Amino acid sequence: MTALVRSYGDRSLRSLVDLDRGLVSREIYVNEDIYKMELEQVYTRAWLFIGHESQVPNPGDFVVSRMGEEEVILVRDRKNELHVFLNTCRHRGMKVCRYDDGNTLVFTCPFHGWSYDTDGRLVGVPYYDAAYKGDMDKSEWGLPEVAQMCNYYGSVWATWDKGAPSFEDYLGPYADMARRVFQSTDGEDNGVELFNPVYKWRIPCNWKFPGFSFDGDRAHGAMTHRSINVAAIGPQGDANGGNRSPLLAPFPYTDYEMTVPELGHGGHNAIYDQPGVAPYKDTWFTEPGIDDYYREQREKKREKYKDKYIVGETAHIWPNVNIQPHRILIWHPHSAGVTESWRAYPIDRMAPQFVKDAQRRYMMRYGGPCGLTESDDMENWNYASAASTGTVAKRFPYNFMMGAGHAFKDEEGAPGMTLNYEVAEENQRSRLRRWLEFMEAGSWEDIYPVNPVSPSAGQAVKAERGTV
Amino acid sequence: MLTESSESTLERLLLREEIEQFLYYEAELLDDRKFDDWINLIAEDIHYHMPIRRNVKFGTQERENTSSLSEISWFDEGKRTLAGRVRQINTGLHWCEEPFSRIRHIVSNVRILEVNGDEVRVNSSFFVWQNRLQDEVNLFVGRREDILRRDEDTQWKIAKRLILLDQNVLLAKVISTFF
Repeated sequence: MTALVRSYGDRSLRSLVDLDRGLVSREIYVNEDIYKMELEQVYTRAWLFIGHESQVPNPGDFVVSRMGEEEVILVRDRKNELHVFLNTCRHRGMKVCRYDDGNTLVFTCPFHGWSYDTDGRLVGVPYYDAAYKGDMDKSEWGLPEVAQMCNYYGSVWATWDKGAPSFEDYLGPYADMARRVFQSTDGEDNGVELFNPVYKWRIPCNWKFPGFSFDGDRAHGAMTHRSINVAAIGPQGDANGGNRSPLLAPFPYTDYEMTVPELGHGGHNAIYDQPGVAPYKDTWFTEPGIDDYYREQREKKREKYKDKYIVGETAHIWPNVNIQPHRILIWHPHSAGVTESWRAYPIDRMAPQFVKDAQRRYMMRYGGPCGLTESDDMENWNYASAASTGTVAKRFPYNFMMGAGHAFKDEEGAPGMTLNYEVAEENQRSRLRRWLEFMEAGSWEDIYPVNPVSPSAGQAVKAERGTV
Repeated sequence: MLTESSESTLERLLLREEIEQFLYYEAELLDDRKFDDWINLIAEDIHYHMPIRRNVKFGTQERENTSSLSEISWFDEGKRTLAGRVRQINTGLHWCEEPFSRIRHIVSNVRILEVNGDEVRVNSSFFVWQNRLQDEVNLFVGRREDILRRDEDTQWKIAKRLILLDQNVLLAKVISTFF
């Protein structure tokens, strides 16, 4: 913080984030000292997405993952328990695992040969008897393990902070939605697996560009993605002007930006005007048989949920992950100016192979660094970040005014949520609010339980529900 | 006077020369942004595959490159999607290639692996330089294994292309060129 204080006198972080007016200093997106504070204040405290149990189905299976800048290992031990360890030898720090995934009995450090069991215990130290002469207790020198881990309907999350609330409490009103993201399309819990491997690529932008805008920036679509329809990459093919997305269910609904500002989570979510799940609408015009599978799955889901009101199913989980039924987007901080983007694609575990293949190819041509849609997002995040570092540029705050003061509540339609028009920056302001709380907090005690945030409109009003 | 074996040697050299010239011509079309001409070199049934390269343990190298049958790859597509990419670039609104990057495909180490009727299986290495706007630079190095098929119209068509990019985490933000 020293350099920041030196450069900015007594300006506190709070002075850089004015959410009432929707003005946010570019500094928090480019400053090296603020970035280093984030690694401590945000990334050692928050619950972070690690992976999915389907990546490590058998005892001894492991896959490397990441928390903040640091590599961790998700491993299933010989007793079938999952663990998340920091990938570093306790002796001199060398990575004990240098493979992306695999199966092993032990992790042996290639430096001096310390070896660790799949449950993290230090089991082998060369010259242990002859040189340490009983002075070192091996049980104190296991691999560093996360403070808390949660297997949430097959998805694995972890935090370095033992003071953090349980993962379900951390999710709050988003717990139910997150649960449904990891259901198969027939509404069965823990019904998906991940395609292997995950995409990993570097974007020259601060992690908050994608991390704070994804699922909270519908305004970008028409301009950023102007060139995509001509490519007709979606399951509809050339129909509907080459629209890249599947057709939506024919139920009356209204789309909102929806968020829990106290927790930072949010998404683009629909409130339906009737209970249950809409019948499936055929959309895979380019490939035969796919619609038949999804239609049958949807009928099973409709039966399960026929009396329930469903609220959307995409969510940004604070601080850096977006979960959706067919994709999980993780925006890892890599340096102040670089994000390492990871992308995983869930698929119904029991789907026939031809359905898995069709969905997999659609996701590959849609997203990631080679996807036709998202390549233009990367370009914009890249150069927005680059053009924000200048001494003069930093005098001009970012404009987060869209929809500020127009949020409202609808406790009947979306309990616990704060809503705004579907094109707003409510979710981004929500993430920035939570960001400031994390950055200023001394410990979890300062940020949980949360203080209720009233919608910026100042009063709770019922949504005017239109139909689409 | 040519002996039979020197005749076949000559044939082999001429074929190699023809293949090399074709690959250089293809690279030139891409570097000159003649994407419509390039897509015309692509066979209707092409499989265009760039697997992800894993870090795997010694002895399990068969898992190093992701499989097109069940796993995620950087590219795993046919002509329909490749042609979509060309149409997208040609809009002038594809921001990651607007304005155009300066891209140079250096192709070398050309080696014919097999001749099978109308088809030739051929290896080549590539070194691709991309300079974008002022100072953005991306380098892509790797090897391709192609199946080229004789064609009346364009001399050869690319019927299969496996692209082994020598990276694990992709160090570029996007791949906006073809290989």
